Amino acid sequence: MEFFPKIETRNLNLYYGSFSALKNINIKIPPKEITAIIGPSGCGKSTLLRCFNRMNDLIENVKITGEVIIDNKNIFDKNVNLLNLRRNVGMVFQRPNVFDASVYYNLTFGIKIHRLMRNKNKINDAIQMSLEGVGLWNDLKDKLKKNARYLPLEQQQRLCIARVIILNPKIILLDEPCSTLDPIATLKIEELLKKLKEDYTIIIVTHNMQQAARISGWSGFMLLGELIEFNRTKIIFTNPTDSRTEDYITGRFG
Amino acid sequence: MNLARIRERIAFTILGLSTLFVILPIFAIVFYIVKNAIGAISWNFILDIPRHGMREGGIYPAIVGTICLVLGTILFSLPLGIMSAIYLVEYANDNFFTKLVKVSIVNLSGIPSIVYGLFGMALFVIFLKLGTSILSGCLTLSIMSLPLIITATKEALEAVPFSFREISLSLGATKWQTIRYCVLPYALPGILTGTVLSLSRAAGETAPILFTVAAFYLPRLPRSIFDQVMALPYHLYVISTQIPNMPLRLSFATAFVLIVLVFLMNLVNVILRIQFRKKKQW
Repeated sequence: MEFFPKIETRNLNLYYGSFSALKNINIKIPPKEITAIIGPSGCGKSTLLRCFNRMNDLIENVKITGEVIIDNKNIFDKNVNLLNLRRNVGMVFQRPNVFDASVYYNLTFGIKIHRLMRNKNKINDAIQMSLEGVGLWNDLKDKLKKNARYLPLEQQQRLCIARVIILNPKIILLDEPCSTLDPIATLKIEELLKKLKEDYTIIIVTHNMQQAARISGWSGFMLLGELIEFNRTKIIFTNPTDSRTEDYITGRFG
Repeated sequence: MNLARIRERIAFTILGLSTLFVILPIFAIVFYIVKNAIGAISWNFILDIPRHGMREGGIYPAIVGTICLVLGTILFSLPLGIMSAIYLVEYANDNFFTKLVKVSIVNLSGIPSIVYGLFGMALFVIFLKLGTSILSGCLTLSIMSLPLIITATKEALEAVPFSFREISLSLGATKWQTIRYCVLPYALPGILTGTVLSLSRAAGETAPILFTVAAFYLPRLPRSIFDQVMALPYHLYVISTQIPNMPLRLSFATAFVLIVLVFLMNLVNVILRIQFRKKKQW
């Protein structure tokens, strides 16, 4: 491969009880690119994504073997600071899950819990930067006190992304971020992601193959807990090596 | 009209009638008490001490006593109940011991109140030598209220969706920060309702205070937490059964005051809930 991976998994296995959800995953995620993980429902793509910020820790009966290397460190090591890991590896969920509170509260929540800054002006600058980063500043600069629940869904999802990038992460994980949005809002979020990849390493889990083809530089195809194929998106979609990948992207199943 | 429609009608009628039968007695009780009490209620009745073998005068010491008992019970049971519920829901491992504790708590709320009264007398009054005092009474009432408060808090915490915790944790918050900022604010209305319910019960109970705090006749206000006090439910019991030739309207007036007190507590609950809804970030 022609890059130094931002995230690398080595023989990663994950079990829910006795069910093997991830089977020996070895993947190298390129830096400052959009990597798409595609595959049918239940193939383990969200589970894989949740390994990168250790959100699977929250589920009981999960057992993980193998390594996930981020910046030369195995994130499952005992001395890893989980809170900093999650700050560096931000996550955006399927539903735009803003807090039932003001836009300001939503954005400053991370600053507050990590005690990043106290100075009001600095906080306001950070808010402006993050909102500009997601293209919301002009819409929301006069509405910071407004409850985020009353924003349109697309703006809520942008706000969720802003809530992540205000913490200066290196990596952003997105778990089907457009599945509750209409096609126009979806395109707008995709434009945003293309812009964000200049500064962040982005991994997106998606059901939508067209979406993967439109925005990602690299794609991984998963099936029944296995990573079947990982390559440049162009190659995956035009000339896959594995017949199962071809079957899936040509719509023969899934 | 087809059969399914007819059945639906019948079902709704039965359900509606059941609700009516539940509500009717409540209205009947309140109406009956108000009707009989209205002549006896006056500022004098509320602010005067009982006189002439309690056949005249007011019930001021009993009102103050009950308020003291309720406040003291809040002081002990609310922090303890909420904190242990948070521990049980958010921190405790799901093992045999935890399950045992949870089942015990549910069962505790079914224990007759007289048992709590006897237990309170044995432990606080006699063994810990706190005597028949406000302190003993509050502790006994607290123990009785705890299961309800814990159960209500537990249910309120469990009703907060997992996704709320998920966002907070994914942003790198600790478990405690997550509970503090993303769970408790949403659970609070439920916690409040459960607390007020259990306190209403505590305010109206006679058995737990019978041996631990309640005075038969004590026409002055308490000076410390080691004093005995009169309390409304016990006073009501006394004047209804122990005093010959007791004017009935005074009993009803006492019952009326007790009901108003419970109503006021629920009113505070409603007001607090509205306040928290307005301003959920705290």
